[in-house]
Amino acid sequence: MKTIKFLFLTALTGILFSCSSDDDATPDPINEEEVITTLNVTLSPNGGGTNIVLTSVDLDGDGPNDPVINGGILAANTTYTGSIVALNELENPAEDITEEVAEEDDEHQFFFQPVDGVEITTTYVDFDDDGNPLGINFTLTTGDASDGTLRITLRHLLDKFAAGVSGGDITNAGGDTDVEVDYPITIQ
Amino acid sequence: MRLFLITTLLLIGFSEAFSQECKSTLTGEVVDFHSGAPLIGATVTVLDNGNVKKSAITDLNGKFLIKNVCDGNFELEVSHPECQSKIIPIEIDKNTFKKVRLEHHLEKLNEVIIIGDQTEKGVTKATSVQTLKATQIEQFSDASLGDALREISGVSSLNTGSTIVKPVIQGLNSSRILIITNNIRLQDQEWGIEHAPNVDLNTADRLTVIKGSGALQYGGDAIGGVVLANPAPLARKDTLFGKTILSGSSNGRGGSITSSLDKGFNNGIGVRVQGTYKRFGDFRAPDYLLTNTGSEQKSFSATVGINKFLYGAEVYYSYFDTKLGILQAADLGNVTDLIRAINAPVPEIIEDFSYDIGLPRQEVAHHLVKLSSYLRLERLGRLKLQYSFQFNDRQEFDDRSFINDDVPVVDLELTTHNLDLLLEVDSFENSKITAGVNGLFQENFADPVTQVRRVIPDYEKYSLGAFAGIAHNITESLLVDIGARIDFTHIDAQKFYRGTFFEDRGYDVDFADIVVEQVGSQILTNPVFDYTTFSATVGLSHDINENLELLFNYGLASRPPNPSELFSEGLNQAAVAFELGDLRIQEEVANKLAVTFKGSLFDQRFNFNLTPYANFINDYIVLEPSEDGVITTSRGAFQEFEYIQNDARLLGVDFDASYDFNDYFQLKTSFSYLRGDDTVRDRPLINIPSSNLFNTITYKNKKLKNLNLQLKSEIFFEQTRFPDNNFTAQIVENNQFVDVLVDVSTPPPGYHLLHFDSSIKFDLGDITNLELGFSVDNIFDTSYRQYLNRFRFFADDLGRNFTLRLKLNY
Repeated sequence: MKTIKFLFLTALTGILFSCSSDDDATPDPINEEEVITTLNVTLSPNGGGTNIVLTSVDLDGDGPNDPVINGGILAANTTYTGSIVALNELENPAEDITEEVAEEDDEHQFFFQPVDGVEITTTYVDFDDDGNPLGINFTLTTGDASDGTLRITLRHLLDKFAAGVSGGDITNAGGDTDVEVDYPITIQ
Repeated sequence: MRLFLITTLLLIGFSEAFSQECKSTLTGEVVDFHSGAPLIGATVTVLDNGNVKKSAITDLNGKFLIKNVCDGNFELEVSHPECQSKIIPIEIDKNTFKKVRLEHHLEKLNEVIIIGDQTEKGVTKATSVQTLKATQIEQFSDASLGDALREISGVSSLNTGSTIVKPVIQGLNSSRILIITNNIRLQDQEWGIEHAPNVDLNTADRLTVIKGSGALQYGGDAIGGVVLANPAPLARKDTLFGKTILSGSSNGRGGSITSSLDKGFNNGIGVRVQGTYKRFGDFRAPDYLLTNTGSEQKSFSATVGINKFLYGAEVYYSYFDTKLGILQAADLGNVTDLIRAINAPVPEIIEDFSYDIGLPRQEVAHHLVKLSSYLRLERLGRLKLQYSFQFNDRQEFDDRSFINDDVPVVDLELTTHNLDLLLEVDSFENSKITAGVNGLFQENFADPVTQVRRVIPDYEKYSLGAFAGIAHNITESLLVDIGARIDFTHIDAQKFYRGTFFEDRGYDVDFADIVVEQVGSQILTNPVFDYTTFSATVGLSHDINENLELLFNYGLASRPPNPSELFSEGLNQAAVAFELGDLRIQEEVANKLAVTFKGSLFDQRFNFNLTPYANFINDYIVLEPSEDGVITTSRGAFQEFEYIQNDARLLGVDFDASYDFNDYFQLKTSFSYLRGDDTVRDRPLINIPSSNLFNTITYKNKKLKNLNLQLKSEIFFEQTRFPDNNFTAQIVENNQFVDVLVDVSTPPPGYHLLHFDSSIKFDLGDITNLELGFSVDNIFDTSYRQYLNRFRFFADDLGRNFTLRLKLNY
């Protein structure tokens, strides 16, 4: 009886601790696929001239480093054709997330907010099937010389039918924020 | 076994027919199984096919003598007022001597040893506990473990919405509380604040709360306390019975059905099957629907066991599966969204009622297998061996921006093996000794299919614990209970860090040796930690007189950091905040003192229990706003928290009392007060439950079909002591940047709720009865928010609810 018990115990202990000698296979690294690391905004002056490119790059994603943001200098009283490219540069080659935003255009919308006195107005030129704006492509018009910030926000699962939203007013949009970048802008 | 029975029966039949000689004398002695001491006054009866033939009573030496018995095979029934009766076969052949050993106390097999209420002959336990019995638990049949436990003073809950409910014992929760179900320590990723215990409440016959570390058998890390959810013992004799509870509620437009069936056999074998199904749609606050708060739970368990006096064994399997919707309006992006949601008078997303469990949601499955056995060792005690296996699979789904929503954002698989050996020595007159060892192997696998960086890394954990305790009756009225435990814990993790984070935390200097390789922008590391922790308990119980008892409990508990505290690195979506673990975190150590004064006065009509306590925790691990305060990403700003260690002090008092005015009316009251402080930074601790006062008036009438009417008032005071974790964020208002203070600290105002419950019982047969229950929660449809509900920023708590309950015993 005692021997049997001993054997039983030994066997169980064996089972328990043999699990430990599992393979030490290293886990696969995960590159986040939904991160927008980079938001580039290209502004082409309608009368011709050099393109202005606003950039925001945060290569460590949710890591401690802040995004590196480069604003731009725009000409006063000028109309620009704008387009946005959102990238995930954690992938190699970088993944263009703008395409996915365009595919789910009824669930997304970009917003443009001039802040702290910079004289900018924007209008949407691309729309989803409901006729609501998307904002990957837009028209930007500058006013008189001024300084300030252009905040570009991408909302997801927002209420695109809420009051003012189709006109570009974010106040009643709701939803989750996918992108929120503040570009310093000088108009001269 | 069957062959043996048949042979015995045949022999009995044979002997009856042929043995006519009835001149034999049966002598013998009855002794205590444990100590071998003679048992005086035991009744010894000779039975022939169940018919009483002769009987005698043992003398001062435990001896008995029965003259003029027939030769042959009979049964001997031996009973003693303080013992469990026993029937044994006996063969009488001329003058026969028989020695019978009786177990000198009634003891429920499979019983957890630490039950203060149950006074065992000789030894009582000096640990202060509070228990909810089956009838109380059944009222919560369609709710959760955390909901039921709130009935006990000093126990509150930490909620995420209304369906994710974690018990809080005297201010502490999650990894600081051990949950023991069917004698197994639950391993279900309890570290997460939004991880509710994976237990079907309906499997429990008793819920016992130990407000301290008084259960060293299960672990030494119960800084807060221990919850024991134990099933009823299996049937041990020929019987068949069952129970079904059907419950329907107006709020959530759902309900539950739970059923259990027990079958017992005379050979000591018992079988039980049990299952529960729950389904709810969106719950409702007084003024609006809480969209996406539906839930579904499926659970099943089966037990087969044999319980003999000398040995026993049990196989148990349980499956628990739950799908929980999470308030859609609480699913937010960044600080801008958070501020918007906090300021919204009603949740931003309110849709029509639905049973759909959409996004976000949790899907968790928990499997548990237990094999246990015990062996009685004469003049020593009982040896128990138990192996358990648990598999916990947690998946969390959220609305994904650019990936299919069917791919979970969290997918963790936790596998745990446990081996426990326990020896209970009960052969001493005045002492009971318990000793044992626990071995554990645990493995966490974070499935990369999520394409989201792992919240908890892959790790392997081994632990080995050894403990011993003695309960000793110094005098008739003074009992001392002392225990000690040591644990070795080894964690071997494989974690990818963001390179920038690894440097930012200074790990590149302090933990350079854990780096395995650089993979792109990430660093694969292999952190290995060893912890040796000590724990101990001292309990003293003194009976002042027959009606008053004083208990003193001291507990030393040590808890190594959990994986979340060590390894967290990123966004906790539910909190809209970044939470950062720290590899430098060490174990926390608690010294808890409690005094319990309880008694029963005025002919047992007034019962009370007063427990003041103090818990001093060194290196208390707490999540606090980091120095940076706010972190900026492409998605905007987030508040940043990090795990740090400070010393903490918790001082509180729990009070319960009940008074029976007469046979019909009873008043019950309970009050809890707790004050928690960070003594290093000299400020209050976060998430300390506010004081509460509960009063219940009950009318009971046994003659009127057991009519029971109950009115309960719950007063929750406002928590005025809280740390200031507010932060400043920049938002755009009227095309200007404005700094706003985000108030994530101020607790909601106090509130008062009134509930009604009633039940009536109809006997339908000898053992069949039907109980009907009707209850109304939050009678006045009061709008309120709980401080310890993480969704208090976004929505009110539940409004009025009518529940109809039908219980059938058969």
